[in-house]
Amino acid sequence: MAVSAVLGPKLPDLQYLKRLARDQLVHLLESLPGRKDLVIDPDLMTPLDRIAGASLLKQHGVDKIFKLERTKIHGGCDQLVYLVRSKLTTTKLIADQITADIRDARKRKYKIIMTPRRLQVCDMVLEHEGVFGLVSIEELHLDLIPLDRDLLSMELPQFFRDYFLHGDQTWLASIAKSLVNIQSLFGPIPNIYGQGRCAKMVADMVDMMMSELGERQSPIGCEIGHLFLIDRDVDYVTPLCTQVTYEGLLDDIFGIKSGSVEFGPDVTGTDKSIKIMLSGEDEVFRAIRDRHFSNVFGFLSAKAKELQTSYDKRHNLKSVQDMKQFVSEELSNLKKQHKALTLHIGACETITKNKSRGDFEEQMRTEHGLLEGVDVRECINFIEESINRQHSRTEVLRLLCMLSSTQGGLPSKDYKSLKTQFLQSYGTEHLLTLHNLKKLGLFVEQQAPDATANKLTDKMAAKLTDGMASLQLQLQLPKKSQFRAVSRKLNLIPKSAENFELRNPNDMAYVFSGAYAPLSCKLIEQVLQREGWTGVEDIAKLLPGDNFVHLKAKSAKGKASGSNPDSDKIVLVYFLGGCSYTEVSALRFLGKQKGYRFLVATTALVNGGRLIESVSGWK
Amino acid sequence: MAHVTGDWNPLGQVFYRKQEIYTLGWRDIDLDKFVVAAAPYGGPVALIRDETKLVRVQGSIRPVIYIYTSSGREISSIRWNSGHVIHLGWSCSEELLCVQEDGSVLVYDIFGQFKRTFSMGTEAKEMKVRDCRIFNSHQGTGLAVMTSSYRIFMVNNVDEPRIRRMADVPGLDAPPSSWVVISQDRQSRVLLARENDLYLLDHGGQYSRQLAPVSQQVEAYTEMAVSFNNKYLALFTNTGLLWIGSSDLERAYCEFDTKCPQRPKQLAWCGTGAIVGYWENILLMVGPGKDYVKYNVDSTVHLVPELDGLRILSNYSHEFLHKVPSVVECVFKIGSIEPGAMLYEASREFQNGSPKADEYIRMIQDRLTVAVDQCIQAAGCEHEPTTQRMLLRAASFGKCFLSDMNPEPFVRMCRTLRVLNSVRDFTIGIPLSCAQLEQLSMPVLIDRLVLRRQYPLAIRVCQYLKMPEAEGVSRILAHWACYKVQQTHVDDELIARSINEKLRDTPGISYSEIAAKAAECGRTELAIRLLEYEPKSAEQVPLLMKMGRDQLALAKAVDSGDTDLVYTVVMHLKEKLTLGDFLMTIRNLPTAQSLYLQYCKEQNREMLQDLYYQEDNFQESANCRVMDSYNETRMDERLRNLQQAQEAYTKARNEFAAKVTEEQVRLLKYQMRLEEELKRPYLDLSLHDTISQLTTEGNHKLAEQLRKEFKVPDKRFWWLKIQALAEGSDWAELDRFAKSKKSPIGYEPFIDVCLKHQNR
Repeated sequence: MAVSAVLGPKLPDLQYLKRLARDQLVHLLESLPGRKDLVIDPDLMTPLDRIAGASLLKQHGVDKIFKLERTKIHGGCDQLVYLVRSKLTTTKLIADQITADIRDARKRKYKIIMTPRRLQVCDMVLEHEGVFGLVSIEELHLDLIPLDRDLLSMELPQFFRDYFLHGDQTWLASIAKSLVNIQSLFGPIPNIYGQGRCAKMVADMVDMMMSELGERQSPIGCEIGHLFLIDRDVDYVTPLCTQVTYEGLLDDIFGIKSGSVEFGPDVTGTDKSIKIMLSGEDEVFRAIRDRHFSNVFGFLSAKAKELQTSYDKRHNLKSVQDMKQFVSEELSNLKKQHKALTLHIGACETITKNKSRGDFEEQMRTEHGLLEGVDVRECINFIEESINRQHSRTEVLRLLCMLSSTQGGLPSKDYKSLKTQFLQSYGTEHLLTLHNLKKLGLFVEQQAPDATANKLTDKMAAKLTDGMASLQLQLQLPKKSQFRAVSRKLNLIPKSAENFELRNPNDMAYVFSGAYAPLSCKLIEQVLQREGWTGVEDIAKLLPGDNFVHLKAKSAKGKASGSNPDSDKIVLVYFLGGCSYTEVSALRFLGKQKGYRFLVATTALVNGGRLIESVSGWK
Repeated sequence: MAHVTGDWNPLGQVFYRKQEIYTLGWRDIDLDKFVVAAAPYGGPVALIRDETKLVRVQGSIRPVIYIYTSSGREISSIRWNSGHVIHLGWSCSEELLCVQEDGSVLVYDIFGQFKRTFSMGTEAKEMKVRDCRIFNSHQGTGLAVMTSSYRIFMVNNVDEPRIRRMADVPGLDAPPSSWVVISQDRQSRVLLARENDLYLLDHGGQYSRQLAPVSQQVEAYTEMAVSFNNKYLALFTNTGLLWIGSSDLERAYCEFDTKCPQRPKQLAWCGTGAIVGYWENILLMVGPGKDYVKYNVDSTVHLVPELDGLRILSNYSHEFLHKVPSVVECVFKIGSIEPGAMLYEASREFQNGSPKADEYIRMIQDRLTVAVDQCIQAAGCEHEPTTQRMLLRAASFGKCFLSDMNPEPFVRMCRTLRVLNSVRDFTIGIPLSCAQLEQLSMPVLIDRLVLRRQYPLAIRVCQYLKMPEAEGVSRILAHWACYKVQQTHVDDELIARSINEKLRDTPGISYSEIAAKAAECGRTELAIRLLEYEPKSAEQVPLLMKMGRDQLALAKAVDSGDTDLVYTVVMHLKEKLTLGDFLMTIRNLPTAQSLYLQYCKEQNREMLQDLYYQEDNFQESANCRVMDSYNETRMDERLRNLQQAQEAYTKARNEFAAKVTEEQVRLLKYQMRLEEELKRPYLDLSLHDTISQLTTEGNHKLAEQLRKEFKVPDKRFWWLKIQALAEGSDWAELDRFAKSKKSPIGYEPFIDVCLKHQNR
């Protein structure tokens, strides 16, 4: 496509990954000949849409498709295929359904396809429930799913909870595997940078897996020059902020699921909902996705006018030949754009309506205040008021976490009072949620000065017995206002937020209305620029986990003659624990600014709300 | 040098030749006194004393089976101490099959190591086996036995024996005159002759009587032979008539009168073009065109049919009788004017420095490609390295005159011959021909070298042929290592070190496989030592568990960072150990413990509490109680759980949480009372919501009571009350509330709610 040529280095074609996954799925389905019913894990419903549509499934013998729930399956076929995430709970559910079938004396053949890999524990659950002999178990290596030309996601939102909260490393192997897959498709990645404990473990696992495969000289040269692994706990602040880019807003307000979004009647203007796939293939969307919201509507109206003129061209058609050409070539394209335009304008209206609520502005002011570290008291008052007025629980928690993360914890008094208020408003059960957030270091008490030191050490000692998880907590406890320090060093807060150029931005901070540039992306920029951590050690020291770098490019420069000369400009950024659409936009911006092309991979796409919800102690 | 055609014998249009390939290394072996079984494709030869022939017993009465290479070097011997052996034969993977009278088949490798046994069924056992045939089926090596009741049982693959009973022949009450197995079209059938009746039997219980193909009157078919490819059949009658035709009896090629009614000692096909009968001192080869050649033999011989010829084993020599391939004929036949022959002449003249070379080349200038090709092919068909060399030299000479000749066939032939010559060497003793190798394929040949423990040669062949390491060298080294660990007399440390030295840099070696072999031989220590070299933890752990080294397995699993592996070991331990021991074991490994906690969270809440208790982890224990409380439906259980949680929080010195749970208990009790009094649901509302609902319903007194009881801050209470009143449209009360005292949150909220609920 012409556009990609303009944008500089060409990205590797991620569709290979999709094709591989699809072929594997088809193979698994075909290995059970005849008609069969398919039961899908609700978690996999939307991701699966990306790989294989219903028609493809039907083509390969799937009769009916069910969602895995706590109910009996009333399918007509005597063969049942389960497609599930390998989790204890889902496995138990399957076992229950099979047991129910046995009780009803129904004879069926069962096949369980686990993704991303088969787990021994799941086998054990099946064994424990006495159905292991009745099922055949396969695995589907569905790891990174391409959501766009430059966006890959594992669609594994529970990873954040499992790893960062519970210290469960089960998924790390799958993440490492996904990187091995990428490298076997697009060639070994010579330069690897990382920040965080998880990143380090994944990098080590990838190393080991690659060496097991043997140093085979792959026929493909390397297409990706750099890999940056980053743990989510390196930067909690960015995903917690309210998003103001167009795509970010779509996610916050409508919720983007595996790259597609469903617009309700208020957007479509009809009584039907429409589900559309958001991708760079849509010309209109490509132009506005990364823009600051204030800059979207203007573009859309200009585009509307442009479309009108194109339509008007039909009045000036001179010959039948021209007419034919217009109808066959331009009209369908115009219609497509027209449809997209209508939807985006509708979405804009809904967003505007949403954001003109009375306290939205106050909320933004609070967030900016927190980021800059000014008027903190007022911010706390605003949050308190939100609690008292019972605003959305998730929103309140998000602000609380932001408060704690930016200020390096809360003073003891505020901490207690906010907690009490919160529990009174939303129920005592959220004691567990607050506990989880504390464990993650998202909502913590400031470490009191020496006066209470004695009492504190007692407490620490008690906590230390909390076992492994809380040990981690001690490590993660942010030092005093560490965010402030990093923010100063990385220059995250632009000097003049007032008259910031949002229309034609020259600073990454535009993604947050010029108030803040994402820490994660700025860090990536610095490290890429320096080809390592030299010069930014003082910043890295303030971040949780270790950093590391493996540079192979220099030594291998002579050898790697077959590799794509553009590869040095292609950077794969892997967010472990999720990333937000705003970060993707910021990286795209960085790419345009510095001549890189970024590929973003993540365990899941998150926003503040989803991040908080995923660690809620109460479901 | 004698002329190449010296040993050629014409048989109709074509020539046959008999070449000596080995002077046999065995001594004092009189084949006459032995039953001989030789494996095809130049495989090993097994000998056992023939008990039907009376010999003076010397010493031991126990028979001995000797195994030799084709060159007559002894590989091993088996002192037989089992039942009476009826028949010996070889499977296609070169295992010795010894068929006993009671129908059991014992399988040995070429080193005389017992491998396994299987039986041909109870009927065979009861009735005794009287005769046996071993054949190549479509699935591998097949075996058919005839019992003394003249029933035939058959397996198609000795590796996975499934016994099939063949159809009965009606009225068969005496030994059949002869029988043979024909394996064609993915089916094995038996052709059986009862006097002059021929029957074709299959395992579906069907038999069909075949029309006698022979034109003359005969009384009995006393001998039959099927060709190597199962396409041709030869029948010998008691009148001395030899019939040659297709194996489906549809076509007859010729009938040849041998004038010797005596049954031949052996009847075997030589490739596909001729049939050889062996009588005392005489070999008679008959072609399909009634042509024949007679060879005299001066001692007992044994015939081994091959794909492209017939091997003849005698007391002193090993000969190969085969049709002279047409390319060889082209090049060497006297007076041949084929381009190959010309090129060969040219090359010879060239080496002699004679200008005649040029003349010859000129004669075949336009057919030089064909000439080179013929010389290359002919080289492949020659056994003698000197002849091979001459032919290849001729080909190479011819190539000089060609600019666009593809060098590939020439190079490939040189390589193949080099490998063939090295395995034909007397010490290895695998006399393969080029055609046989093609059929057998190179990997199988390498397998056979490995089987003979010729590891260095196998590795050299792999390296020479540039095979990928994973399927070539590494595999051989792994076999070698597996063999090595079986040498029980060598010290563990020494073996481990020598294995590691050899295998270190080779990719694709699975140390765990070798270790598994060692463990199989009962050498646990050696296995553990070997596992140390295994880079894949996923391979180490299961074996360690199998050997009972659970602690080590757990440690390895934890090191690997693969939680699934840890789970495997943890669950294994849980089943094996007592609960106390189990908990103590995983206690030392935090990763394992936290994983087990995770599992318990989903599967076993009680165990979870026990674990927290053991670890004095009151915080988590309390959290868990809170969760349980909310999952419980019975009120008293809920309260009990919360109270336990409160206690645990106190123990964890989390005063805040303890207080909150205490309040929650109070709230729950309060809500229960409210439900009873007001008959409305209040349970599970938060404090805020409870007060709010009470206010909306106009129960201001109760609301006030709650507020005091739980010390709700003023600000919150105002916000709450304003909203609740507006929602309940209790405008009068709102008015009263506004005026009651000064609002701590200002009066804007009053206006907001009025606007929102459209009360202007």
